[in-house]
Amino acid sequence: MSFEGLPKGSCAKKTSFRDSIYFWEIVRGLGVTIGHLVYNIFHTSEMPTLQYPEEKKIYSDRFRGRHRLMKREDGSPRCVACQMCATVCPADCINIDAAEHPDSEIEKFPETFVIDLLRCVYCGLCEEACPCDAIRLDTGIYEIAADSRDKFVVDKEFLLNDREHGSY
Amino acid sequence: MMLFLDTLSKIGFMFVLIMGMVVVLIWMERKGAAFIQDRTGPNRASIAGIRLAGLVHPVADVFKLLFKEDIQPANRHRALYNIAPWLVMAVALSTYAVIPFGDYISIAGRKVSLVAADLNVGLLYILAVASLGTYGVIMAGWASNNKFTFLGGVRATAQMISYEINMGLALIGLVLVFSSQATPEHLREFLGADFLSGLRLTHLVAGQGDLLWGFLPKWGVVVQPLGFLLFITAVFAETNRNPFDLPEGESEIVAGYHLEYSSMKFALFFMAEYAHMVIGAALVATFYFGGYQVPWLPRPVLEAHAGSLLTIKLIGVVIISMIFSLLFFRRAQREKGKFGDARDREPGLGGALWLIVALGALGGLVLKPWGIGADGASLFASLIQVGAFVVKLVFFAWLFIWVRWTLPRFRYDQLMALGWKVMLPLGLANLVVTAVVLAMV
Ligand code: SF4
Ligand code: SF4
Repeated sequence: MSFEGLPKGSCAKKTSFRDSIYFWEIVRGLGVTIGHLVYNIFHTSEMPTLQYPEEKKIYSDRFRGRHRLMKREDGSPRCVACQMCATVCPADCINIDAAEHPDSEIEKFPETFVIDLLRCVYCGLCEEACPCDAIRLDTGIYEIAADSRDKFVVDKEFLLNDREHGSY
Repeated sequence: MMLFLDTLSKIGFMFVLIMGMVVVLIWMERKGAAFIQDRTGPNRASIAGIRLAGLVHPVADVFKLLFKEDIQPANRHRALYNIAPWLVMAVALSTYAVIPFGDYISIAGRKVSLVAADLNVGLLYILAVASLGTYGVIMAGWASNNKFTFLGGVRATAQMISYEINMGLALIGLVLVFSSQATPEHLREFLGADFLSGLRLTHLVAGQGDLLWGFLPKWGVVVQPLGFLLFITAVFAETNRNPFDLPEGESEIVAGYHLEYSSMKFALFFMAEYAHMVIGAALVATFYFGGYQVPWLPRPVLEAHAGSLLTIKLIGVVIISMIFSLLFFRRAQREKGKFGDARDREPGLGGALWLIVALGALGGLVLKPWGIGADGASLFASLIQVGAFVVKLVFFAWLFIWVRWTLPRFRYDQLMALGWKVMLPLGLANLVVTAVVLAMV
């Protein structure tokens, strides 16, 4: 087989006669596939397929899933509305409105804390930037689905109650 | 009037066979592909929780496609666009008219041939009608007014022209071999001819019931092995199946000729593809694997030993279905409560079904099958022959699927090189050698 227009030697290695008549190689290939088929018929339980809605894959502890906001001991958000996460977010999908906290030591708390999950790229930078470990992506949730776009915009309440314990 | 009713029921049988095969093939394609690729395949659609190992999916597909919106491109050629899928389907179905699925069946003393239309130019009819299907593809490609569908149509044309020749050449060798052969004794009266004509499919198949040198079935594949390889390659190309499915090459031209079709019109193309596969399988079985012939057991032998054969068969069915039933019940035992819903009942149900088959066969044994009369023996032989044809049909249809999930698609230049530079010379050489050998013996 020659490839016009290509410099000599740039094409794949020459096919041998046995390969070029196809027949034997086709028969060999058919043998391979029927081997798989027969094996799988008698070993259905060994199949690597995950029966998804019933069985779910557990990702590693470091997997970045949907966000959650951490709570203080009294249940209020740990976040101090410093805007670090909103600033670092490459997708610009965190929106925080700060308000004054009655405790002067804490100074501020988020009045609203909204994340647009459709824009988020799950990079985890918000988690890294946060000075008080208030936002984490450790829920391990990866099934993020809804039937309208505005349901992907989640608020403070949702995030505070998003799975009590993380994967670590 | 009788003739009309006979023909109508034969057409009905063929139609049910093909449409049933289409459903089974779609299932086989999905399940087979999945198992070859170490997946489980479709296993979700269910009727009352019973999934029949995925057999419900084709049914669900039909309902889905029936209720889908039929979206048509604005600048289509209205008439051709609408005719094309019907043409493809109609042509696919009409090829079966000349394919014999048994020699004859005696009903109330009448011998009815088991072929819808016994044309004396059946082989030419097949070649002519089969290539008409490509018109549907070209029409679909052109009328959609889309460059990808157009390219698909053009590819189909070029491919059809190249491989039609090889198909014809391979078949001429076969016709030479089976022409002017003496008609088998038991069919002489029925076929009304002393010598066979290679162009008539009933004759072609009747000739394949003999033995070659006393021990080999005189099947087309035995007398024309090279012709068989050429023919089956050409059939793959004619049916647009992988490795020659360039008219719908997804990676280059999206979906090829049926890109602009949706809803039931798409379903027609989809079903026609499988109907074409069934034709392909039927042609390979008829031409090269003896059609309805059971190897080493021609009709006289079948009739003479009908009693004992039937008994053996029933015992075999009992044993095999008992084994299946046991396997299913063991599985039901092992996987008890695996899903926690209706699906848990499936293995038990499968076991029960096989048990019913076993009991049915056992009931047949009680009726003393070893003593069936001459009428029963004749009927038994006819049914066994139809069964043999269906088994061959299913096997070759499976071969199509098997090959599809084994081989990658050819590149277009490779396709053309194979057709014109390899297969054409080989076909001519095969023809010459066959003619010379026939002239010498
Ligand atoms: S994970 Fe990345 S993209 Fe998502 S909210 Fe945090 S910083 Fe923004
Ligand atoms: S970086 Fe942490 S503390 Fe600061 S606004 Fe974000 S979540 Fe709140």
